[in-house]
Amino acid sequence: MTKNQSIINGISKGLHIAIGYVPIGISFGLIAKSLGIPNGIIVLMSVLVYAGASQFMAVGLLAAGISGFEIVLTTFIVNFRHFLMSASLSSKLHEKLEEKALPFVAFGITDETFAYISMVKSDSIDTKWVLGLNVMAYLSWAMSTILGIFLSTSLPEIIQNSMGISLYAMFIGLLVPKVKGNRLLVKVTGISILIIVLFYYTPLTQLFASDGWRMIGIILCASTLGALIFPEAVDNLE
Amino acid sequence: MIIVGMAFVTYIPRLLPFYAGQLFRRTGFVKRFMKLIPYTALVALILPGVLKATDSIETSLLGLITAIILAYKKCHVVLVILGSIASVLVYQMIF
Repeated sequence: MTKNQSIINGISKGLHIAIGYVPIGISFGLIAKSLGIPNGIIVLMSVLVYAGASQFMAVGLLAAGISGFEIVLTTFIVNFRHFLMSASLSSKLHEKLEEKALPFVAFGITDETFAYISMVKSDSIDTKWVLGLNVMAYLSWAMSTILGIFLSTSLPEIIQNSMGISLYAMFIGLLVPKVKGNRLLVKVTGISILIIVLFYYTPLTQLFASDGWRMIGIILCASTLGALIFPEAVDNLE
Repeated sequence: MIIVGMAFVTYIPRLLPFYAGQLFRRTGFVKRFMKLIPYTALVALILPGVLKATDSIETSLLGLITAIILAYKKCHVVLVILGSIASVLVYQMIF
């Protein structure tokens, strides 16, 4: 694959994520605006922080008058899962990425870009591909936030409500085809669901101070169990 | 100031693993653990959040099941997203 093909390929994959970000970015702009957050702060948050869930949470806390220290700490906890995602990608792609591009690749790691990059065979990935994908996702997030601010005249509620499902649908669209027909991944998915149920709906839920830590706990436990129970099958994965 | 703090604590965990790489590039258990993270993380991102993705649990389940069926039939990701949104939208317009 030539350099140009790979950047175009990355951009076109990034478009899938970009489409998913539009409704969420618009909702973020709308909600932040309705909470009385200044336009500049709303846009800066999307441009500098670039992490959806933590931004929704932060504008909620800001509007409630919570202290800056608590907001930063909560942001850290909510976003620490990206440490695991970057670690996994670094392990998968260390031979594929150029050293000088790493700070930019890392900035663009979100739940969605991580999910997409993870599900593509590493043969067809290089620095340009990843950057093309990340840039599309990032621009979409920033632009749709701005769009949301100016759409505060409010979209019909029925449309907003149905769009909430879009990112989850994307995660399912990425996960299910991989799991289908792969006995190891069926079992790993089963273990993950079991741990999710244990950590959310039994007294074990008290182990975690917040949903952020809980999600990290789930990923750690499920991956550890899978790696311990099925060592050979995991070695043969992909 | 708060935003700069948020940006910093979000960026560092994204960046560090790319430089502390040797830690994650071993063979054996750590390698297997890293290989499974994409799948366990995806499941943890979907559940239980998807159940609260729309106003009611019925519409969320409908969107979830539609997405699973379309994805199982190996439809393109964009079609999975649009199909799932459409199912929720149609259900809301009828009921």
